[in-house]
Amino acid sequence: MATYRRINVMDNGGVHVVHFVDKKIVDSATIEQLGDELTGLVINEKKNMLLLNFDSVEFMSSAALNKLISLNKKVKDAAGQLKLCCLRPEIGEVFKITRLDRVFDIRKDEASGLSAFKL
Amino acid sequence: MNSRPPMWKCDKTIPSDLDAGHASIDELMSALESAGWEGRDVFHIQMAIEEAVVNAIEHGNKRDASKTVHVIYIVDAESAEMTITDQGQGFDHRNVADPTEEERLDQPRGRGVLLIRELMCEVRYNEKGNSVWMRKVRSKDEPEAS
Repeated sequence: MATYRRINVMDNGGVHVVHFVDKKIVDSATIEQLGDELTGLVINEKKNMLLLNFDSVEFMSSAALNKLISLNKKVKDAAGQLKLCCLRPEIGEVFKITRLDRVFDIRKDEASGLSAFKL
Repeated sequence: MNSRPPMWKCDKTIPSDLDAGHASIDELMSALESAGWEGRDVFHIQMAIEEAVVNAIEHGNKRDASKTVHVIYIVDAESAEMTITDQGQGFDHRNVADPTEEERLDQPRGRGVLLIRELMCEVRYNEKGNSVWMRKVRSKDEPEAS
């Protein structure tokens, strides 16, 4: 069982819900570690039905966005599903400006995120 | 008596090191808080300055320890101005590929420049392209912090 420092992972009926430890995802070491942990979920632990819950995240840089894009590719390669939920409005605005709201399936809350998975 | 609101200014040269860059951003965020800024405006400034400083260190100076970044932050209750200058070769901001084009959506480059442009009220680059000046005017209808 892997241990994580940047995320908490809970199994909810086959969907793994990921919560972030850090309120602000900006530091490059933190972002690298976060990327490694998210990748490890898919590649090493074969958990490819992922719901990323951003309820605790107040800020994230575009370098963190790049890690999410990379994760999305890996999940797709593994024939899995990746969804995001609970983005605060400012972070949602960043996804909209960058048009990443067209790349990611973004849901308002965890319940609607979970129900959107096709299991 | 001077009726102008109090102004905070930071003018310093920092090494090409992300920790030093983030330390200067922390100073700016504290100054914004002290000047009464909050909510969405603060988020916009933090996003823009984060992208500008990281770009200067990583892409401008290429983390070369012999090069520095010059930052100037000026904050009062109504506006915030930030100038970030690196010692790199510069870039042409008009020729950055649009990261919102369909085939580029999954590529890593260009989002910082886009976010700075969209989130700030005014943005100017010098001719060489190694210095960016940006300004945010405080929103009139800033909602109460939740």
